[in-house]
Amino acid sequence: MSQATALRAEEKGAQTERMLIILSKGSMDMVYPALMIATTAATMGKEVHMFFTFWGLQAVSKKSVGSLKVSPVGNPGMPMPNILGMIPGMTAMATKMMGGKIRKAKLPSIPDMFKMAKDLGVKLHACSTTMEVMGTPRESLIDEIDDVVGAATMVSLGEGGETIFI
Amino acid sequence: MSTTEQRKVIDSRGSFCPGPITDLFKAYRSSQLGDVIELLATDPAAKADVTAWTRKSGNELVSVVDEQGYTRITVKITKKR
Repeated sequence: MSQATALRAEEKGAQTERMLIILSKGSMDMVYPALMIATTAATMGKEVHMFFTFWGLQAVSKKSVGSLKVSPVGNPGMPMPNILGMIPGMTAMATKMMGGKIRKAKLPSIPDMFKMAKDLGVKLHACSTTMEVMGTPRESLIDEIDDVVGAATMVSLGEGGETIFI
Repeated sequence: MSTTEQRKVIDSRGSFCPGPITDLFKAYRSSQLGDVIELLATDPAAKADVTAWTRKSGNELVSVVDEQGYTRITVKITKKR
């Protein structure tokens, strides 16, 4: 262990442990894991922040939060040949299939997961640049969003903790 | 030790991660020091997850009992933050 790591570990012990999850994807199979990690880490006493950037913003847009999809394209884990994913209707089919399995496992819906995350003290931050690029006004984001910030704030939120990029 | 300590049974059977942990945490939030929470779970990850949670939160894992088709995990609240 280098001196720097030892020092950082010492500092870490002094404060609440932090976790920053950067979500840059807006598909159901990316948003669920992010929310599962966030809610669980919060129950374990961590100060958890989620930063929504690029497609991740779709996860916190009122319009799309309840209808996120799973795409079989570029997803070798799906149980079908990749080329079939390009056929119209395949994304809807994959989404329906996964949605059914998720309900069977009694997993809350994504909007409900956000409510739960808020209740557990997870802080939700939207990326201002992405909002500008995508033409997303503040009003179109879900009420659970705490604030609109830039990368500098995000970097400082991750300081002294662990950062997960999805 | 007072006599006001409570025993709560939380049924998380059928729900998967993070269900059992968030159910346990909600019960923990409304509990007092000394209370005992029994968590019923079918998720095979619940044993390891609750163990990790108790270690992290400073609470006591009292017992893990395999019942017919589910697991009964008993936690004693020994630390409130």
